[in-house]
Amino acid sequence: MSIVTVQLGQCGNQIGFEVFDALFSDSHCPQGLCSKRENEAYQASCKERFFSEEENGVPIARAVLVDMEPKVINQTLSKAAHSGRWKYGQHSCFCQKQGSGNNWAYGYSVHGPRHEESIMNLIQKEVEKCDSLNGFFIIMSMAGGTGSGLGAFVTQNLQDQYSNSLKMNQIIWPYGTGEVIVQNYNSILTLSHLYQSSDALLVHENDAVHKICAKLMNIKQISFRDINQVLAHQLGSVFQPTYSGEGSFHYRRNPLGIDWQVRPPLSGLPTRGKMSLNKEFHFNTSIANLVILRGKDVHSAELGAFKDPALYTSWLEPVHAFSVWKTQRAFSKYEKSAALVSNSQFLVKPLDTIVGKAWNMFASKAYIHQYTKFGIEEEDFLDSFTLLEQVIASYCNLGF
Amino acid sequence: MTQSVVIQVGQCGNQIGCCFWDLALREHAAVNQKAIYDEAISSFFRNVDTRVVGDGGSISKGKICSLKARAVLIDMEEGVVNEILQGPLRDVFDSKQLITDISGSGNNWAVGHKVFGSLYQEQILEKLRKSAEHCDCLQCFFIIHSMGGGTGSGLGTFLLKVLEDEFPEVYRFVTSIYPSGEDDVITSPYNSMLAMKELNEHADCVLPIDNQSLFDIISKIDLMVNSGKLGTAIKPKSLVTSSAGAFKKRQEKPFDAMNNIVANLLLNLTSSARFEGSLNMDLNEISMNLVPFPQLHYLVSSLTPLYTLADVNIPSRRLDQMFSDAFSKDHQLIRADPKHSLYLACALMVRGNVQISDLRRNIERLKPSLRFVSWNQEGWKTSLCSVPPVGHSHSLLALANNTCVKPTFIELRERFTRLYRKRAHLHHYLQIEGMEESCFTEALSSLSALIQEYNQLDATKSMPAEELPRLSVAV
Repeated sequence: MSIVTVQLGQCGNQIGFEVFDALFSDSHCPQGLCSKRENEAYQASCKERFFSEEENGVPIARAVLVDMEPKVINQTLSKAAHSGRWKYGQHSCFCQKQGSGNNWAYGYSVHGPRHEESIMNLIQKEVEKCDSLNGFFIIMSMAGGTGSGLGAFVTQNLQDQYSNSLKMNQIIWPYGTGEVIVQNYNSILTLSHLYQSSDALLVHENDAVHKICAKLMNIKQISFRDINQVLAHQLGSVFQPTYSGEGSFHYRRNPLGIDWQVRPPLSGLPTRGKMSLNKEFHFNTSIANLVILRGKDVHSAELGAFKDPALYTSWLEPVHAFSVWKTQRAFSKYEKSAALVSNSQFLVKPLDTIVGKAWNMFASKAYIHQYTKFGIEEEDFLDSFTLLEQVIASYCNLGF
Repeated sequence: MTQSVVIQVGQCGNQIGCCFWDLALREHAAVNQKAIYDEAISSFFRNVDTRVVGDGGSISKGKICSLKARAVLIDMEEGVVNEILQGPLRDVFDSKQLITDISGSGNNWAVGHKVFGSLYQEQILEKLRKSAEHCDCLQCFFIIHSMGGGTGSGLGTFLLKVLEDEFPEVYRFVTSIYPSGEDDVITSPYNSMLAMKELNEHADCVLPIDNQSLFDIISKIDLMVNSGKLGTAIKPKSLVTSSAGAFKKRQEKPFDAMNNIVANLLLNLTSSARFEGSLNMDLNEISMNLVPFPQLHYLVSSLTPLYTLADVNIPSRRLDQMFSDAFSKDHQLIRADPKHSLYLACALMVRGNVQISDLRRNIERLKPSLRFVSWNQEGWKTSLCSVPPVGHSHSLLALANNTCVKPTFIELRERFTRLYRKRAHLHHYLQIEGMEESCFTEALSSLSALIQEYNQLDATKSMPAEELPRLSVAV
C-alpha cells in the first residue's frame, strides 16, 4: 500500500524533504525496542509505503516535486543526494523558470492549465511504480502562489483522475503577523477549492510550530529548517506503520470531518487527554479523534479520558468517534510517544480570523486587480467566502 | 530563473548604472568562486565567447568566458557613455547596446520625449528586442533615470510606453532620482511633472530617490568613520565604497558614493530572486504584494546597515538594531516620514545569517509604532536570502508603500505651479512639435488625482477600524 507525495512550491518542497528524511531515519533507527522480526516488518512496510527501490539499493522517495522556479527544487534534490541514504527520482520534478508571484490566480489559472499534462504525467509515472496505491499526500502552503493556487488545481485534477484514491493535503497555515501580504486572499481561495476536491486537510500553523520550537525545545534562533523538522517529526509519528483494530494501517475516510488538527507528540508520557481549551468555547468539541501510540507499554495505556462523551458532539457516541492505533515499535528513539489527530473545533478561531481579515481587505477592493488580471473575479471571492462561512458555522454548531 | 534587463537613460541614469554593474560583478565574483556561469549570474549577465563574430557567441553553461551586461545605455550626449566605454567596465558592455546622440536634450523633457523619442524609437525597439532575445525568460526591465533633466526624464519615460506596448508581460521597475529643493536646473519642476504622468500610467513600480537623502547618508557615514568611534570601520571591500581608493576621494566625488547606494538598492532588491534562501521572494512578488491599487505604486526604500562594524559575530542586539534603523528616517533614500504616515504595505528583504525567529521578533517589536491601513493591519511581506552582500554579514532592505510620499508630490506640484503661473520658460516646451498646453494641464491633474488618493487613505488614519458585517449563511 503506497502513498505518492506531491510537493508543491518552496514550502512544500522544503517540508517534503524533511518528511522523507524523518521517515527514513526512523525506519532505520536501531533502537526499535521491539523484536527483530517486528522491526523488519515495520521497516518493510514503511519502505513500501514511501520509497521505491533502485538497482543499487538506494531508496527513491515516491514523490513528485513541482515548483514554478528552479532554486528550491535544485536545493532539495542536492540535499537528498548528498545524504547518500535516499534520494529523489531523477525525472520526478517539474520546474519552470518564473514563479507564481504569490498570486493564487496565476498559480491556478495560468500555471495549472499550462502545465497540467506534464505534471499529471509525472504523477502517473509515480503511481505506476506502486503495486497498490493507497492515496496521495499533497504538501503545500496556503499563503503563496504555487503551493496554494497550483496545489488547488492539481488536487482537483487528482480528484478527477483518481477518484477512488484518497487525497490528503498537508496545509501550512502562515504566521498571523504576515509572511505574504495577500496571504489571506490566497488562503481563502485555497481552502474553498480544496474543500471540494480533497478528502482530508491536515493543518499545521507556523505560529504553533514556532511556539513549540521556542517554548518546548528552547531553540534560540529558530530557522525554517527547525520548524520543518518539527513538522516532519509530527507527520512521521502519524504516518509510520501501526496496527489498527481492523488490521494493517489504513486511512479512515471521514465523510463529514475535513479538518484534522495535529497535536504535538507527547513524548515520554503515556497518553493523557491534553485538550487545549479555547477560551471562547466551553469545550473543544470533536467529531473524531485518533490516538497513535508507539513504543513501550502501548497495550496497557489508559485511554478512558478520550472516551468522555463531553468531548464529542451530542449526536456522536464516543465509540464511533474515537480510534486508537498502536505499535510496540518505538518512533525515532523515543521510548514512548503519542500523537493525536483530531477533527474538532480547534481550527475555527484561526479560520475565522483569516476569513475576517480577507473580508476586510476585500471590502476595500485592495489587490483585487492582481487577481482579476488572471481570471479570478470578485464572484469567485464571494463564493469562497460563502463556503468558508458555512464551514465555520457548521463547526460552531457542533457545540450545541 | 529569470533574467532582467537594465535600461540606463541620461547622465544620471548611466552614472548610476555604471556603479550598479561594477557592484554586480563584484558580488557575483565573491559568491561564484569557481567562475562557473550559473543561473544566478545569468539574471544580469550573458556569457559570450568573444572569439565568435556577430551574435552567435552566447554560451549558456560551463566556465565564464566573457560576461556581457544585459543592459541598454541611452544618452543624447556622448560624454558619460564614452567615459564608461573607456573605463574599467568597457568590456562588460556590448557596443551594439548603445544609443547616443551629440546634442543633448537641453534639460527639456519635450526634446527628450517628443524629439528624440520619435527619432530613436525604431533603434530603441531594435536594441530592446535583441536584449530580450538573449533572455531565456525575461521577467523585468529596470529603468534608471532622473526626473529633473531632459534625456533621463523625457526619453526615459517615453521608453515606458514603448516597453508596455512591446513587452506587456514584463515588469517595469523604475528607479527615479527626484530633484532636491536646491536643484540648479530651473526647469526641473516642468520635467518632473511631465515625467510623473508617464510614471503614473506606465510603470509597474517606482522607487523614488532624492539626492539630498543620499548625501545625508554619505555624510553620516563620513562622520562615523572620521570620529574614530571604536568598532566602526568601513571594511575596504564593502560595496558601499566600490573601490578602495574611492573612499578617500569622497570629498571630491560625492556622486560616486551616492550612486553606489542606489546600486546597492538594486542589488538587494534582486538578491532573493537570484540567490537561494529559506523564504524566497521573486521580483513579481514585489508588485503583487506592495501595489494594492494600480496607481499607488511608489515605494519608499531604506537600506541597512550602511557601514559594517569591526566585529563579525554580531550578537542579537545589533541585529535588532538593523531592523530599527530600517525604519529610521536616516536610512531612507527619499525624504519622508513613514512613521507618522500610513503604511499600505511593507516588505522586509533580509540577507545573510538571519532566521525567521529574528524576523518575527523584530516585526512584533516594531509594529506598535507603525500605523497600517485598516484593511491591511498585518501588511508585511518578508523574505530571507542566505547570501549576504559582500563585506557584510547581513543586510536589510525595507520597501514601504506609505502615504509619506505625498509631501514629495505636493512639493513638486507647488514648484511646478510657481513656474507655470508665470509661464516662465514655457516657450521652450511649446515650440516642440507635439507639445501643447494640455500636456501640462493633464500632467497636473494626473498628479493631483494621485495626491487625492493618498489624501483619502490618510483620512482613514484617525478613524477606528471598522468591523465589517460578515456574510451570514444558512447552515
